[in-house]
Amino acid sequence: MTNTEKKDRGLLRIDTDECKGCGLCIEACPPKVIGLSERLNHYGYRTAVYAGHGCTGCGICFMVCPEPGAITVLRAVLPPSRQTSGLPHHDAEGASPCASN
Amino acid sequence: MSNQAEAGYVVSHGRSKAFYERFERKSELQHQTHFCPGCGHGTVHKMLAQAIDELGIQDRTIMIGPVGCGVFTYYYFDVGNVQAAHGRAPAVATAMKRSRPESIVISYQGDGDLSAIGSAEILHAANRGEHISVIFVNNAIYSMTGGQFAPTTLLGQKSTTTPLGRSAKAEGYPLHISELLATLQAPVYIERVGLGDNKQVAQAARAVRRAVENQVRGLGFSLVEILSPCPTIWKMTPVESQHWVRDVMEKTFPLGVFCDRTREAQAQTAPAAAPPLERIPEILGVVGAAEPEFSATQARTAEVDLEVRIAGFGGQGVLLLGEVLAEAGLDAGLEVSWLPSYGPEMRSGTSNCHVRLSSAPIDSPLVSAPNMLIAMNEPSLRKFDASVRPGGWIIYNGDEFPPECMRKDVHVLAHPFTHLADELGDARACNMTMLGALLEIAGAVPQASIDAALHRLVRNPRWVELDERALERGRAVCRESMVEEVTR
Ligand code: SF4
Ligand code: SF4
Ligand code: SF4
Repeated sequence: MTNTEKKDRGLLRIDTDECKGCGLCIEACPPKVIGLSERLNHYGYRTAVYAGHGCTGCGICFMVCPEPGAITVLRAVLPPSRQTSGLPHHDAEGASPCASN
Repeated sequence: MSNQAEAGYVVSHGRSKAFYERFERKSELQHQTHFCPGCGHGTVHKMLAQAIDELGIQDRTIMIGPVGCGVFTYYYFDVGNVQAAHGRAPAVATAMKRSRPESIVISYQGDGDLSAIGSAEILHAANRGEHISVIFVNNAIYSMTGGQFAPTTLLGQKSTTTPLGRSAKAEGYPLHISELLATLQAPVYIERVGLGDNKQVAQAARAVRRAVENQVRGLGFSLVEILSPCPTIWKMTPVESQHWVRDVMEKTFPLGVFCDRTREAQAQTAPAAAPPLERIPEILGVVGAAEPEFSATQARTAEVDLEVRIAGFGGQGVLLLGEVLAEAGLDAGLEVSWLPSYGPEMRSGTSNCHVRLSSAPIDSPLVSAPNMLIAMNEPSLRKFDASVRPGGWIIYNGDEFPPECMRKDVHVLAHPFTHLADELGDARACNMTMLGALLEIAGAVPQASIDAALHRLVRNPRWVELDERALERGRAVCRESMVEEVTR
Protein backbone atom coordinates (compact mmCIF):
# COMPACT_ATOMS: atom_id res chain seq x y z
CA MET A 1 0.00 0.00 0.00
CA THR A 2 1.32 3.39 -0.85
CA ASN A 3 0.42 6.77 0.52
CA THR A 4 -1.51 7.71 -2.56
CA GLU A 5 -3.55 4.47 -2.72
CA LYS A 6 -6.99 4.87 -1.17
CA LYS A 7 -7.34 2.66 1.86
CA ASP A 8 -10.45 0.43 2.09
CA ARG A 9 -12.90 1.12 4.87
CA GLY A 10 -13.02 -2.54 5.74
CA LEU A 11 -10.95 -5.66 5.70
CA LEU A 12 -11.99 -9.27 5.71
CA ARG A 13 -10.21 -12.10 7.45
CA ILE A 14 -11.30 -15.68 6.84
CA ASP A 15 -10.17 -18.59 8.95
CA THR A 16 -9.92 -21.35 6.38
CA ASP A 17 -10.00 -24.05 9.07
CA GLU A 18 -13.37 -22.88 10.29
CA CYS A 19 -15.05 -22.05 7.01
CA LYS A 20 -17.33 -24.76 5.64
CA GLY A 21 -17.67 -23.18 2.23
CA CYS A 22 -21.40 -22.76 2.37
CA GLY A 23 -21.20 -19.63 0.24
CA LEU A 24 -23.66 -17.57 2.25
CA CYS A 25 -21.13 -14.79 2.74
CA ILE A 26 -20.38 -14.73 -0.98
CA GLU A 27 -24.08 -14.28 -1.71
CA ALA A 28 -24.47 -11.68 1.03
CA CYS A 29 -21.54 -9.37 0.35
CA PRO A 30 -22.90 -6.21 -1.28
CA PRO A 31 -19.75 -5.22 -3.22
CA LYS A 32 -19.12 -8.89 -4.09
CA VAL A 33 -15.58 -9.07 -2.86
CA ILE A 34 -15.71 -12.66 -1.59
CA GLY A 35 -15.12 -15.71 -3.75
CA LEU A 36 -14.68 -19.43 -3.31
CA SER A 37 -11.23 -21.01 -3.21
CA GLU A 38 -10.03 -23.60 -5.70
CA ARG A 39 -8.07 -25.35 -2.96
CA LEU A 40 -9.77 -27.56 -0.44
CA ASN A 41 -9.07 -26.98 3.21
CA HIS A 42 -8.01 -29.58 5.74
CA TYR A 43 -11.59 -30.86 6.02
CA GLY A 44 -12.25 -31.05 2.31
CA TYR A 45 -14.24 -27.85 1.91
CA ARG A 46 -13.60 -25.15 -0.62
CA THR A 47 -13.51 -22.02 1.46
CA ALA A 48 -14.43 -18.40 1.16
CA VAL A 49 -11.61 -16.11 0.04
CA TYR A 50 -11.41 -12.36 0.16
CA ALA A 51 -10.67 -10.63 -3.14
CA GLY A 52 -8.09 -8.54 -1.32
CA HIS A 53 -9.71 -5.14 -1.67
CA GLY A 54 -13.09 -3.45 -1.85
CA CYS A 55 -14.48 -4.42 1.54
CA THR A 56 -16.64 -1.71 3.10
CA GLY A 57 -16.60 -3.24 6.56
CA CYS A 58 -20.39 -3.56 6.63
CA GLY A 59 -20.21 -6.85 8.56
CA ILE A 60 -23.03 -8.54 6.70
CA CYS A 61 -20.89 -11.51 5.76
CA PHE A 62 -20.13 -12.02 9.44
CA MET A 63 -23.79 -11.97 10.37
CA VAL A 64 -24.92 -14.54 7.82
CA CYS A 65 -22.00 -16.88 8.39
CA PRO A 66 -23.04 -19.84 10.56
CA GLU A 67 -19.58 -20.53 11.98
CA PRO A 68 -18.53 -18.66 15.12
CA GLY A 69 -14.99 -17.86 14.07
CA ALA A 70 -14.81 -18.27 10.30
CA ILE A 71 -15.14 -14.57 9.53
CA THR A 72 -13.61 -11.53 11.15
CA VAL A 73 -14.37 -8.10 9.77
CA LEU A 74 -12.06 -5.23 10.51
CA ARG A 75 -12.73 -1.55 10.10
CA ALA A 76 -10.30 1.21 9.33
CA VAL A 77 -9.53 3.24 12.42
CA LEU A 78 -9.56 6.58 10.61
CA PRO A 79 -11.84 7.68 7.81
CA PRO A 80 -10.22 6.78 4.46
CA SER A 81 -10.08 10.46 3.45
CA ARG A 82 -7.56 11.10 6.19
CA GLN A 83 -5.45 8.07 5.49
CA THR A 84 -3.03 9.99 3.26
CA SER A 85 -2.53 12.82 5.71
CA GLY A 86 0.44 11.05 7.26
CA LEU A 87 -0.99 11.22 10.76
CA PRO A 88 0.35 8.40 12.88
CA HIS A 89 -2.27 5.86 13.90
CA HIS A 90 -2.36 2.70 15.94
CA ASP A 91 -4.46 -0.36 15.50
CA ALA A 92 -6.38 -1.74 18.42
CA GLU A 93 -4.38 -4.89 18.67
CA GLY A 94 -1.30 -2.94 19.65
CA ALA A 95 0.79 -3.43 16.52
CA SER A 96 3.00 -0.49 15.62
CA PRO A 97 1.90 1.77 12.80
CA CYS A 98 2.36 0.26 9.41
CA ALA A 99 5.92 0.75 8.30
CA SER A 100 5.06 1.53 4.71
CA ASN A 101 2.85 4.44 5.72
CA MET B 1 -2.99 -12.39 6.65
CA SER B 2 -0.13 -10.39 8.01
CA ASN B 3 -0.35 -7.83 10.73
CA GLN B 4 1.12 -5.36 8.35
CA ALA B 5 -1.85 -5.55 6.04
CA GLU B 6 -4.19 -5.17 9.03
CA ALA B 7 -2.44 -2.24 10.58
CA GLY B 8 -4.80 0.68 10.89
CA TYR B 9 -7.79 -1.62 11.29
CA VAL B 10 -9.72 -2.78 14.31
CA VAL B 11 -11.97 -5.78 14.60
CA SER B 12 -15.58 -4.72 14.26
CA HIS B 13 -17.16 -8.15 13.85
CA GLY B 14 -15.42 -11.14 15.39
CA ARG B 15 -15.86 -14.26 17.39
CA SER B 16 -18.09 -13.69 20.43
CA LYS B 17 -16.69 -14.08 23.89
CA ALA B 18 -19.82 -15.94 24.87
CA PHE B 19 -18.54 -18.91 22.84
CA TYR B 20 -15.96 -21.27 24.24
CA GLU B 21 -12.52 -20.88 22.70
CA ARG B 22 -12.62 -24.52 21.75
CA PHE B 23 -15.62 -26.77 21.40
CA GLU B 24 -14.53 -29.90 23.20
CA ARG B 25 -17.06 -32.10 21.54
CA LYS B 26 -14.58 -34.44 19.95
CA SER B 27 -10.89 -34.35 19.26
CA GLU B 28 -11.25 -33.04 15.71
CA LEU B 29 -13.12 -29.91 14.67
CA GLN B 30 -12.89 -28.17 18.02
CA HIS B 31 -13.26 -24.76 16.44
CA GLN B 32 -16.24 -25.61 14.25
CA THR B 33 -19.86 -26.29 15.09
CA HIS B 34 -21.41 -29.66 14.32
CA PHE B 35 -23.97 -28.03 12.05
CA CYS B 36 -24.09 -28.75 8.34
CA PRO B 37 -22.68 -26.03 6.05
CA GLY B 38 -25.24 -23.24 5.75
CA CYS B 39 -27.39 -24.36 8.68
CA GLY B 40 -29.42 -21.58 10.26
CA HIS B 41 -28.70 -22.85 13.76
CA GLY B 42 -25.12 -21.61 13.51
CA THR B 43 -26.26 -18.15 12.47
CA VAL B 44 -28.76 -18.01 15.33
CA HIS B 45 -26.10 -19.20 17.78
CA LYS B 46 -23.92 -16.31 16.68
CA MET B 47 -26.72 -13.78 17.13
CA LEU B 48 -27.40 -15.08 20.59
CA ALA B 49 -23.73 -15.05 21.54
CA GLN B 50 -23.44 -11.50 20.30
CA ALA B 51 -26.47 -10.42 22.33
CA ILE B 52 -24.96 -12.01 25.44
CA ASP B 53 -21.68 -10.17 24.78
CA GLU B 54 -23.34 -6.83 24.17
CA LEU B 55 -25.59 -7.06 27.21
CA GLY B 56 -22.70 -8.13 29.41
CA ILE B 57 -24.61 -11.04 30.91
CA GLN B 58 -22.35 -14.00 30.19
CA ASP B 59 -21.72 -14.68 33.88
CA ARG B 60 -25.38 -14.96 34.75
CA THR B 61 -26.82 -16.57 31.63
CA ILE B 62 -28.25 -20.08 31.73
CA MET B 63 -28.91 -21.72 28.41
CA ILE B 64 -31.48 -24.50 28.23
CA GLY B 65 -30.68 -26.76 25.30
CA PRO B 66 -33.24 -28.80 23.36
CA VAL B 67 -33.31 -32.21 21.76
CA GLY B 68 -32.70 -32.00 18.03
CA CYS B 69 -29.95 -30.53 15.89
CA GLY B 70 -29.59 -27.73 18.43
CA VAL B 71 -28.84 -30.15 21.27
CA PHE B 72 -25.19 -29.17 21.77
CA THR B 73 -25.65 -25.62 23.08
CA TYR B 74 -23.54 -26.67 26.07
CA TYR B 75 -20.56 -27.36 23.85
CA TYR B 76 -20.63 -23.87 22.41
CA PHE B 77 -21.89 -21.33 24.92
CA ASP B 78 -19.57 -20.51 27.77
CA VAL B 79 -22.49 -19.89 30.14
CA GLY B 80 -24.50 -22.03 32.53
CA ASN B 81 -26.00 -24.92 30.60
CA VAL B 82 -28.76 -27.43 31.10
CA GLN B 83 -29.89 -29.80 28.40
CA ALA B 84 -33.57 -30.61 28.75
CA ALA B 85 -35.60 -33.66 27.82
CA HIS B 86 -37.40 -33.46 24.49
CA GLY B 87 -39.79 -30.51 24.48
CA ARG B 88 -39.30 -29.66 28.13
CA ALA B 89 -36.90 -26.73 27.82
CA PRO B 90 -39.51 -24.11 28.85
CA ALA B 91 -40.36 -26.12 31.97
CA VAL B 92 -36.70 -26.42 32.90
CA ALA B 93 -36.23 -22.74 32.13
CA THR B 94 -39.15 -21.94 34.43
CA ALA B 95 -37.53 -23.81 37.28
CA MET B 96 -34.18 -22.17 36.63
CA LYS B 97 -35.56 -18.67 36.48
CA ARG B 98 -37.71 -19.09 39.55
CA SER B 99 -34.99 -20.58 41.66
CA ARG B 100 -32.30 -18.22 40.39
CA PRO B 101 -34.22 -15.04 39.59
CA GLU B 102 -31.08 -13.02 38.97
CA SER B 103 -30.10 -15.32 36.09
CA ILE B 104 -30.88 -14.69 32.46
CA VAL B 105 -32.49 -17.89 31.26
CA ILE B 106 -32.61 -18.61 27.55
CA SER B 107 -34.61 -21.54 26.28
CA TYR B 108 -33.42 -22.68 22.85
CA GLN B 109 -35.64 -25.00 20.83
CA GLY B 110 -36.27 -26.25 17.33
CA ASP B 111 -39.69 -26.75 15.81
CA GLY B 112 -39.89 -30.51 16.30
CA ASP B 113 -39.05 -29.98 19.95
CA LEU B 114 -41.16 -26.91 20.67
CA SER B 115 -44.20 -27.29 18.48
CA ALA B 116 -44.80 -31.04 18.74
CA ILE B 117 -43.73 -32.91 21.84
CA GLY B 118 -43.19 -29.67 23.75
CA SER B 119 -46.35 -27.86 22.72
CA ALA B 120 -47.82 -28.08 26.22
CA GLU B 121 -44.69 -26.77 27.93
CA ILE B 122 -44.30 -23.73 25.71
CA LEU B 123 -48.00 -22.89 25.86
CA HIS B 124 -48.11 -22.89 29.63
CA ALA B 125 -44.76 -21.17 30.12
CA ALA B 126 -46.02 -18.39 27.84
CA ASN B 127 -49.39 -18.29 29.53
CA ARG B 128 -47.75 -17.99 32.94
CA GLY B 129 -45.63 -15.19 31.53
CA GLU B 130 -42.43 -16.79 32.75
CA HIS B 131 -39.57 -14.33 32.71
CA ILE B 132 -37.57 -16.25 30.15
CA SER B 133 -36.39 -15.68 26.58
CA VAL B 134 -37.31 -18.35 24.07
CA ILE B 135 -35.39 -18.77 20.85
CA PHE B 136 -37.46 -20.89 18.51
CA VAL B 137 -35.67 -22.10 15.40
CA ASN B 138 -38.25 -23.19 12.84
CA ASN B 139 -37.03 -25.10 9.81
CA ALA B 140 -40.36 -26.82 9.15
CA ILE B 141 -39.07 -30.35 9.59
CA TYR B 142 -37.57 -32.85 12.01
CA SER B 143 -33.96 -32.53 10.93
CA MET B 144 -31.85 -34.50 13.35
CA THR B 145 -33.85 -37.67 12.87
CA GLY B 146 -33.71 -37.41 9.10
CA GLY B 147 -36.63 -35.35 7.89
CA GLN B 148 -39.97 -36.47 9.28
CA PHE B 149 -42.80 -34.00 8.98
CA ALA B 150 -43.35 -31.68 11.92
CA PRO B 151 -46.38 -29.63 12.95
CA THR B 152 -44.65 -26.73 11.16
CA THR B 153 -44.14 -28.54 7.84
CA LEU B 154 -45.67 -26.61 4.96
CA LEU B 155 -48.67 -27.91 3.06
CA GLY B 156 -47.39 -29.94 0.15
CA GLN B 157 -43.88 -30.16 1.62
CA LYS B 158 -42.41 -33.62 1.22
CA SER B 159 -40.87 -35.41 4.14
CA THR B 160 -39.99 -39.00 4.90
CA THR B 161 -43.35 -39.42 6.59
CA THR B 162 -45.33 -37.39 4.06
CA PRO B 163 -43.68 -38.64 0.88
CA LEU B 164 -46.43 -37.19 -1.28
CA GLY B 165 -46.37 -33.89 0.55
CA ARG B 166 -48.20 -32.77 3.65
CA SER B 167 -51.93 -32.63 3.19
CA ALA B 168 -54.22 -30.66 5.46
CA LYS B 169 -56.67 -33.52 5.44
CA ALA B 170 -54.30 -36.14 6.75
CA GLU B 171 -51.77 -34.12 8.75
CA GLY B 172 -53.53 -30.87 9.56
CA TYR B 173 -52.31 -27.37 8.82
CA PRO B 174 -48.91 -25.88 9.67
CA LEU B 175 -48.93 -24.76 13.28
CA HIS B 176 -48.42 -21.04 13.73
CA ILE B 177 -46.78 -20.92 17.11
CA SER B 178 -46.15 -17.18 17.24
CA GLU B 179 -49.73 -16.29 16.30
CA LEU B 180 -51.07 -18.89 18.71
CA LEU B 181 -49.04 -17.65 21.67
CA ALA B 182 -49.79 -14.04 20.82
CA THR B 183 -53.44 -14.67 21.71
CA LEU B 184 -52.35 -15.09 25.33
CA GLN B 185 -52.36 -12.17 27.73
CA ALA B 186 -49.07 -12.75 29.47
CA PRO B 187 -46.29 -12.63 26.85
CA VAL B 188 -44.61 -9.24 26.40
CA TYR B 189 -42.88 -9.82 23.09
CA ILE B 190 -43.36 -12.27 20.25
CA GLU B 191 -41.82 -11.78 16.83
CA ARG B 192 -41.22 -13.97 13.81
CA VAL B 193 -38.12 -13.26 11.78
CA GLY B 194 -36.30 -15.10 9.00
CA LEU B 195 -32.84 -15.83 7.71
CA GLY B 196 -33.93 -15.42 4.08
CA ASP B 197 -31.69 -12.52 3.03
CA ASN B 198 -29.44 -9.79 4.43
CA LYS B 199 -32.27 -7.59 5.57
CA GLN B 200 -34.02 -10.45 7.31
CA VAL B 201 -30.81 -11.57 8.98
CA ALA B 202 -30.19 -8.10 10.34
CA GLN B 203 -33.75 -7.92 11.69
CA ALA B 204 -33.38 -11.40 13.21
CA ALA B 205 -30.29 -10.30 15.09
CA ARG B 206 -32.17 -7.30 16.47
CA ALA B 207 -35.10 -9.47 17.55
CA VAL B 208 -32.89 -12.02 19.29
CA ARG B 209 -31.20 -9.24 21.17
CA ARG B 210 -34.52 -7.71 22.14
CA ALA B 211 -35.84 -11.00 23.48
CA VAL B 212 -32.85 -11.28 25.77
CA GLU B 213 -32.81 -7.62 26.67
CA ASN B 214 -36.47 -7.76 27.72
CA GLN B 215 -35.47 -10.27 30.34
CA VAL B 216 -32.56 -8.17 31.50
CA ARG B 217 -35.07 -5.36 31.96
CA GLY B 218 -37.36 -7.71 33.90
CA LEU B 219 -40.24 -7.38 31.47
CA GLY B 220 -41.48 -10.93 31.07
CA PHE B 221 -41.94 -13.70 28.52
CA SER B 222 -40.33 -13.10 25.12
CA LEU B 223 -40.19 -15.42 22.14
CA VAL B 224 -38.52 -15.06 18.77
CA GLU B 225 -39.40 -17.53 16.06
CA ILE B 226 -36.72 -17.72 13.40
CA LEU B 227 -37.43 -19.24 10.00
CA SER B 228 -34.19 -21.02 9.44
CA PRO B 229 -32.65 -22.94 6.55
CA CYS B 230 -31.88 -26.64 6.79
CA PRO B 231 -30.04 -27.27 3.53
CA THR B 232 -29.37 -30.92 4.30
CA ILE B 233 -32.91 -32.11 4.82
CA TRP B 234 -34.41 -29.69 2.34
CA LYS B 235 -31.89 -31.06 -0.19
CA MET B 236 -30.86 -27.63 -1.40
CA THR B 237 -27.65 -25.66 -1.47
CA PRO B 238 -27.21 -23.24 1.44
CA VAL B 239 -27.98 -20.28 -0.81
CA GLU B 240 -31.05 -21.97 -2.32
CA SER B 241 -32.37 -22.80 1.10
CA GLN B 242 -31.82 -19.25 2.24
CA HIS B 243 -33.96 -18.09 -0.66
CA TRP B 244 -36.54 -20.76 0.08
CA VAL B 245 -37.03 -19.20 3.51
CA ARG B 246 -37.76 -15.85 1.92
CA ASP B 247 -39.69 -16.96 -1.16
CA VAL B 248 -41.65 -19.97 0.11
CA MET B 249 -41.60 -20.41 3.85
CA GLU B 250 -42.44 -16.81 4.57
CA LYS B 251 -45.71 -17.16 2.64
CA THR B 252 -46.95 -19.66 5.19
CA PHE B 253 -45.26 -18.01 8.15
CA PRO B 254 -45.48 -14.23 7.69
CA LEU B 255 -42.81 -12.24 9.46
CA GLY B 256 -43.59 -9.56 11.97
CA VAL B 257 -44.21 -8.61 15.56
CA PHE B 258 -47.25 -10.45 16.91
CA CYS B 259 -47.22 -9.05 20.37
CA ASP B 260 -45.33 -6.20 21.97
CA ARG B 261 -46.27 -5.15 25.45
CA THR B 262 -42.80 -4.05 26.36
CA ARG B 263 -43.93 -0.46 26.77
CA GLU B 264 -46.81 -1.20 29.13
CA ALA B 265 -44.94 -3.96 30.94
CA GLN B 266 -43.79 -3.03 34.40
CA ALA B 267 -40.31 -4.13 35.16
CA GLN B 268 -41.05 -6.79 37.69
CA THR B 269 -38.83 -7.47 40.55
CA ALA B 270 -37.95 -11.12 40.81
CA PRO B 271 -40.57 -13.29 42.47
CA ALA B 272 -39.85 -14.00 46.09
CA ALA B 273 -37.35 -16.78 46.49
CA ALA B 274 -38.69 -20.10 47.72
CA PRO B 275 -38.68 -20.42 51.51
CA PRO B 276 -35.81 -22.37 53.03
CA LEU B 277 -36.40 -26.01 53.79
CA GLU B 278 -36.45 -25.46 57.56
CA ARG B 279 -39.48 -23.23 57.25
CA ILE B 280 -41.61 -25.73 55.34
CA PRO B 281 -43.06 -27.46 58.47
CA GLU B 282 -44.09 -24.09 59.83
CA ILE B 283 -45.74 -23.09 56.54
CA LEU B 284 -47.57 -26.38 56.36
CA GLY B 285 -48.66 -25.91 59.95
CA VAL B 286 -47.03 -29.07 61.21
CA VAL B 287 -44.63 -27.59 63.74
CA GLY B 288 -44.65 -29.22 67.11
CA ALA B 289 -46.52 -32.17 65.70
CA ALA B 290 -44.08 -34.57 67.23
CA GLU B 291 -41.19 -34.92 64.84
CA PRO B 292 -40.32 -38.54 64.11
CA GLU B 293 -38.09 -39.67 66.87
CA PHE B 294 -37.48 -43.17 65.67
CA SER B 295 -38.83 -44.24 69.00
CA ALA B 296 -38.84 -47.77 68.04
CA THR B 297 -35.72 -49.01 66.54
CA GLN B 298 -36.52 -50.25 69.99
CA ALA B 299 -35.86 -53.92 70.12
CA ARG B 300 -37.11 -54.98 66.76
CA THR B 301 -36.08 -58.54 66.61
CA ALA B 302 -38.09 -60.28 63.93
CA GLU B 303 -37.63 -59.51 60.24
CA VAL B 304 -40.58 -57.54 58.94
CA ASP B 305 -42.08 -58.01 55.52
CA LEU B 306 -45.60 -56.71 55.39
CA GLU B 307 -47.29 -56.36 52.03
CA VAL B 308 -50.68 -54.86 52.63
CA ARG B 309 -53.51 -54.09 50.28
CA ILE B 310 -56.28 -51.99 51.75
CA ALA B 311 -59.52 -51.70 49.85
CA GLY B 312 -62.88 -50.14 50.51
CA PHE B 313 -65.35 -47.58 49.30
CA GLY B 314 -64.20 -44.05 48.76
CA GLY B 315 -64.74 -42.20 52.02
CA GLN B 316 -64.11 -45.18 54.27
CA GLY B 317 -60.66 -43.91 55.13
CA VAL B 318 -58.71 -46.40 53.08
CA LEU B 319 -55.89 -44.02 52.26
CA LEU B 320 -55.56 -42.69 55.80
CA LEU B 321 -55.44 -46.22 57.16
CA GLY B 322 -52.53 -46.93 54.84
CA GLU B 323 -50.86 -43.67 55.69
CA VAL B 324 -50.96 -44.27 59.43
CA LEU B 325 -49.53 -47.73 58.92
CA ALA B 326 -46.72 -46.47 56.68
CA GLU B 327 -45.96 -43.51 58.91
CA ALA B 328 -45.79 -45.78 61.94
CA GLY B 329 -43.43 -48.08 60.06
CA LEU B 330 -41.27 -45.12 59.21
CA ASP B 331 -41.23 -44.09 62.84
CA ALA B 332 -40.20 -47.60 63.75
CA GLY B 333 -37.19 -47.33 61.48
CA LEU B 334 -38.54 -49.66 58.81
CA GLU B 335 -38.41 -49.22 55.07
CA VAL B 336 -41.88 -48.23 53.94
CA SER B 337 -43.89 -47.39 50.86
CA TRP B 338 -47.44 -46.13 50.44
CA LEU B 339 -49.05 -46.08 47.06
CA PRO B 340 -52.60 -44.90 46.66
CA SER B 341 -54.40 -46.37 43.71
CA TYR B 342 -56.46 -43.54 42.40
CA GLY B 343 -59.17 -44.22 39.97
CA PRO B 344 -62.52 -43.06 38.82
CA GLU B 345 -63.70 -44.73 42.04
CA MET B 346 -62.44 -41.86 44.16
CA ARG B 347 -66.01 -40.64 44.63
CA SER B 348 -67.84 -43.90 44.93
CA GLY B 349 -67.06 -47.52 44.32
CA THR B 350 -63.88 -49.13 45.56
CA SER B 351 -60.63 -47.39 46.21
CA ASN B 352 -57.47 -49.01 47.45
CA CYS B 353 -53.88 -48.51 48.40
CA HIS B 354 -50.67 -50.49 48.64
CA VAL B 355 -48.50 -50.36 51.74
CA ARG B 356 -45.22 -52.09 52.35
CA LEU B 357 -43.23 -52.26 55.57
CA SER B 358 -39.98 -54.11 55.44
CA SER B 359 -36.68 -54.44 57.26
CA ALA B 360 -35.00 -54.73 53.85
CA PRO B 361 -35.02 -52.09 51.11
CA ILE B 362 -38.24 -52.13 49.11
CA ASP B 363 -37.92 -52.89 45.42
CA SER B 364 -41.38 -51.85 44.33
CA PRO B 365 -44.23 -50.06 46.06
CA LEU B 366 -46.73 -52.19 44.15
CA VAL B 367 -48.43 -54.90 46.17
CA SER B 368 -49.88 -57.38 43.74
CA ALA B 369 -49.77 -60.40 46.06
CA PRO B 370 -50.44 -59.10 49.58
CA ASN B 371 -49.85 -61.08 52.74
CA MET B 372 -52.44 -58.85 54.42
CA LEU B 373 -55.67 -57.78 52.83
CA ILE B 374 -57.99 -55.35 54.55
CA ALA B 375 -61.31 -55.51 52.78
CA MET B 376 -63.69 -52.89 54.07
CA ASN B 377 -66.66 -54.24 52.13
CA GLU B 378 -67.73 -57.15 50.03
CA PRO B 379 -66.96 -55.80 46.55
CA SER B 380 -63.43 -55.03 47.72
CA LEU B 381 -63.07 -58.52 49.10
CA ARG B 382 -64.22 -60.07 45.87
CA LYS B 383 -61.85 -57.91 43.91
CA PHE B 384 -58.73 -58.88 45.81
CA ASP B 385 -59.29 -62.08 47.78
CA ALA B 386 -57.73 -64.32 45.16
CA SER B 387 -54.54 -62.24 45.15
CA VAL B 388 -53.70 -62.93 48.81
CA ARG B 389 -50.59 -65.00 49.22
CA PRO B 390 -50.97 -68.49 50.79
CA GLY B 391 -50.41 -68.17 54.52
CA GLY B 392 -51.58 -64.56 54.46
CA TRP B 393 -54.48 -62.88 56.19
CA ILE B 394 -57.77 -61.39 55.09
CA ILE B 395 -59.35 -58.93 57.52
CA TYR B 396 -62.90 -58.42 56.45
CA ASN B 397 -65.51 -55.93 57.54
CA GLY B 398 -68.81 -57.85 57.47
CA ASP B 399 -71.15 -59.97 59.51
CA GLU B 400 -70.22 -63.11 57.74
CA PHE B 401 -67.53 -64.06 55.33
CA PRO B 402 -68.99 -65.08 51.95
CA PRO B 403 -68.51 -68.85 51.81
CA GLU B 404 -67.44 -68.85 48.17
CA CYS B 405 -64.52 -66.59 49.08
CA MET B 406 -63.31 -69.05 51.70
CA ARG B 407 -59.84 -70.40 51.02
CA LYS B 408 -58.06 -73.15 52.90
CA ASP B 409 -54.65 -71.53 52.59
CA VAL B 410 -55.35 -68.12 54.10
CA HIS B 411 -56.39 -66.91 57.55
CA VAL B 412 -59.57 -64.94 57.84
CA LEU B 413 -60.71 -62.47 60.45
CA ALA B 414 -64.25 -61.44 59.65
CA HIS B 415 -66.04 -59.01 61.92
CA PRO B 416 -68.56 -56.19 61.55
CA PHE B 417 -65.94 -53.54 62.30
CA THR B 418 -68.34 -50.77 61.33
CA HIS B 419 -70.52 -51.70 64.31
CA LEU B 420 -67.50 -51.50 66.58
CA ALA B 421 -66.80 -47.99 65.41
CA ASP B 422 -70.47 -47.10 65.74
CA GLU B 423 -70.42 -48.20 69.34
CA LEU B 424 -67.37 -46.05 69.91
CA GLY B 425 -69.18 -42.99 68.60
CA ASP B 426 -68.53 -42.69 64.87
CA ALA B 427 -68.77 -45.28 62.12
CA ARG B 428 -66.00 -43.50 60.26
CA ALA B 429 -63.48 -44.83 62.78
CA CYS B 430 -64.02 -48.27 61.22
CA ASN B 431 -60.73 -47.97 59.38
CA MET B 432 -58.82 -47.65 62.66
CA THR B 433 -60.52 -50.64 64.23
CA MET B 434 -59.36 -52.67 61.26
CA LEU B 435 -55.87 -51.24 61.51
CA GLY B 436 -55.88 -52.26 65.18
CA ALA B 437 -56.68 -55.81 64.14
CA LEU B 438 -53.94 -55.81 61.54
CA LEU B 439 -51.37 -54.52 64.02
CA GLU B 440 -52.39 -57.15 66.51
CA ILE B 441 -51.84 -59.87 63.92
CA ALA B 442 -48.66 -58.47 62.44
CA GLY B 443 -47.10 -57.33 65.68
CA ALA B 444 -44.41 -55.60 63.66
CA VAL B 445 -44.85 -52.03 64.78
CA PRO B 446 -44.50 -50.82 68.37
CA GLN B 447 -47.45 -48.98 69.89
CA ALA B 448 -45.33 -45.86 70.44
CA SER B 449 -44.75 -45.56 66.71
CA ILE B 450 -48.43 -45.95 66.00
CA ASP B 451 -49.30 -43.24 68.50
CA ALA B 452 -46.69 -40.94 67.01
CA ALA B 453 -48.01 -41.55 63.49
CA LEU B 454 -51.57 -40.92 64.54
CA HIS B 455 -50.66 -37.64 66.18
CA ARG B 456 -48.80 -36.50 63.10
CA LEU B 457 -51.51 -37.38 60.62
CA VAL B 458 -54.71 -36.62 62.47
CA ARG B 459 -54.98 -32.99 63.42
CA ASN B 460 -58.23 -32.91 65.34
CA PRO B 461 -57.71 -33.98 69.00
CA ARG B 462 -61.23 -35.34 69.18
CA TRP B 463 -60.44 -37.68 66.33
CA VAL B 464 -57.09 -38.66 67.73
CA GLU B 465 -58.81 -39.75 70.89
CA LEU B 466 -61.51 -41.65 69.00
CA ASP B 467 -58.97 -43.29 66.70
CA GLU B 468 -56.88 -44.41 69.65
CA ARG B 469 -59.88 -46.10 71.18
CA ALA B 470 -60.77 -47.60 67.79
CA LEU B 471 -57.31 -49.05 67.38
CA GLU B 472 -57.47 -50.60 70.81
CA ARG B 473 -60.97 -51.97 70.20
CA GLY B 474 -59.78 -53.55 66.96
CA ARG B 475 -56.87 -55.17 68.70
CA ALA B 476 -59.17 -56.53 71.39
CA VAL B 477 -61.61 -58.02 68.89
CA CYS B 478 -58.72 -59.64 67.15
CA ARG B 479 -57.39 -61.18 70.39
CA GLU B 480 -60.86 -62.42 71.33
CA SER B 481 -61.43 -64.05 67.98
CA MET B 482 -58.07 -65.80 68.19
CA VAL B 483 -59.05 -67.20 71.57
CA GLU B 484 -62.33 -68.30 70.06
CA GLU B 485 -60.51 -70.08 67.30
CA VAL B 486 -58.24 -71.88 69.74
CA THR B 487 -60.97 -72.90 72.12
CA ARG B 488 -63.32 -73.99 69.38
S1 SF4 C 1 -17.77 -6.74 5.53
FE1 SF4 C 1 -19.32 -6.31 3.98
S2 SF4 C 1 -18.12 -5.58 2.23
FE2 SF4 C 1 -16.71 -6.57 3.58
S3 SF4 C 1 -16.54 -8.62 2.82
FE3 SF4 C 1 -18.12 -8.61 4.42
S4 SF4 C 1 -20.00 -8.29 3.36
FE4 SF4 C 1 -18.39 -7.76 1.95
S1 SF4 D 1 -20.50 -17.98 5.30
FE1 SF4 D 1 -18.86 -18.62 6.67
S2 SF4 D 1 -18.74 -20.80 6.44
FE2 SF4 D 1 -19.96 -20.04 4.75
S3 SF4 D 1 -18.46 -19.75 3.12
FE3 SF4 D 1 -18.61 -17.82 4.16
S4 SF4 D 1 -17.01 -17.90 5.69
FE4 SF4 D 1 -17.32 -19.95 5.00
S1 SF4 E 1 -29.78 -31.27 9.41
FE1 SF4 E 1 -30.53 -29.24 8.99
S2 SF4 E 1 -30.93 -28.30 10.97
FE2 SF4 E 1 -29.67 -30.11 11.31
S3 SF4 E 1 -27.57 -29.33 11.34
FE3 SF4 E 1 -28.00 -29.97 9.26
S4 SF4 E 1 -28.74 -28.16 8.22
FE4 SF4 E 1 -28.86 -27.78 10.41
